[in-house]
Amino acid sequence: MAGKAIVITSGKGGVGKTTTTANLGTALAMLDRRVCLIDADIGLRNLDVVMGLENRIVYDIVDVVEGNCRLEQALIRDKRQNNLFLLPAAQTRDKTAVTPYQMQELVSKLKEEMDYVLVDSPAGIEQGFKNAISGADQAIIVTTPEVSAVRDADRIIGLLETEGFKEPEVIINRIRQDMVQKGDMMDIDDMIEILAIKLLGVVPEDENIVISTNRGEPIVLKPEKSRAGQAFNNIARRIDGEELPLMSLEKDTLLKKIKRIVGLS
Amino acid sequence: MKEGVIIDLLKKLFKNDKDVSSKNIAKERLQFILIQDRIKLSPGEMESLKEELLAVLSKYIDVDSSNIKMEVDRHDDMMALVANFPLKRSV
Ligand SMILES: Nc1ncnc2c1ncn2[C@@H]1O[C@H](COP(=O)(O)OP(=O)(O)OP(=O)(O)O)[C@@H](O)[C@H]1O
Ligand SMILES: [Mg+2]
Repeated sequence: MAGKAIVITSGKGGVGKTTTTANLGTALAMLDRRVCLIDADIGLRNLDVVMGLENRIVYDIVDVVEGNCRLEQALIRDKRQNNLFLLPAAQTRDKTAVTPYQMQELVSKLKEEMDYVLVDSPAGIEQGFKNAISGADQAIIVTTPEVSAVRDADRIIGLLETEGFKEPEVIINRIRQDMVQKGDMMDIDDMIEILAIKLLGVVPEDENIVISTNRGEPIVLKPEKSRAGQAFNNIARRIDGEELPLMSLEKDTLLKKIKRIVGLS
Repeated sequence: MKEGVIIDLLKKLFKNDKDVSSKNIAKERLQFILIQDRIKLSPGEMESLKEELLAVLSKYIDVDSSNIKMEVDRHDDMMALVANFPLKRSV
């Protein structure tokens, strides 16, 4: 049976699409799924760096569509999970180097081999976005709890619905429980009310993300060390069909911390 | 330091969350922005839509014009303009 292609998109830039793609891909691979990540941000290649695979790139997505190499030759196998692959973006070309039709062909070819194909979309609503969504069966919108990011997310949701995406889902990233408690940040309920779409998960603001990005190691590899890693793991399990309640964002009690470290929660 | 904590506590106890907290301001602004985005109307057009609706309704009923609320809601793949024109209490 063919796999499922999911595009990770946002509208506003810098809200965490690439971080989300890297972590969900790694987490799904850790669940023994075969996964391919596509970096559709042509000209601003990033996913390879977040994955720590930048030194292994030989060919890229533009080489594949232009016939300079076969698809398999451009796929980079992950260092840690041997069932995880990356199709890197080209760094020296622009978004017009790939057409939506070519993208669709590529994705459907990959779906034959993979359980999940995750497409990291560039910011914006232009050609790069149109490429990224072609061939995807499902869309995930990443947003932060800020006015401008939510506004752009709403715009994207509208566009996705016009393009026939049935049930786009949202991930709220970088939520800060201390600010929510003070009434200085919109909470989960506010966001669901405003956007009126299904919430796939919530990821807290977490400095460990910066550290893991520095190292080129997705944070889900060490979920016991961070709330964000745990959140991404939960989201991956939801994508994979598990019914999991939303993670509580309260501060960890010592007991909870211990439980998490020994794998009880 | 201590006084600061106490003042914060008092503020928390006495403040009217709805008015002061910045998240509510964010939420209100967003809701207004999204109406315009979703139905592609400028703030000016929104205002005249409201005025004209009010004018028509006022011909038949007593509308409390200070409390009008308009929103665009999304349900699955449908959008709806929800306008709320409260009636004046008859005496
Ligand atoms: N939950 C988080 N906590 C802390 N930092 C985060 C979190 N999520 C993302 N970041 C940081 O935010 C920055 C932007 O993230 P990322 O590159 O994933 O965004 P993006 O949406 O892919 O951006 P672009 O639109 O430029 O492609 C990065 O430096 C990343 O480390
Ligand atoms: Mg990115």
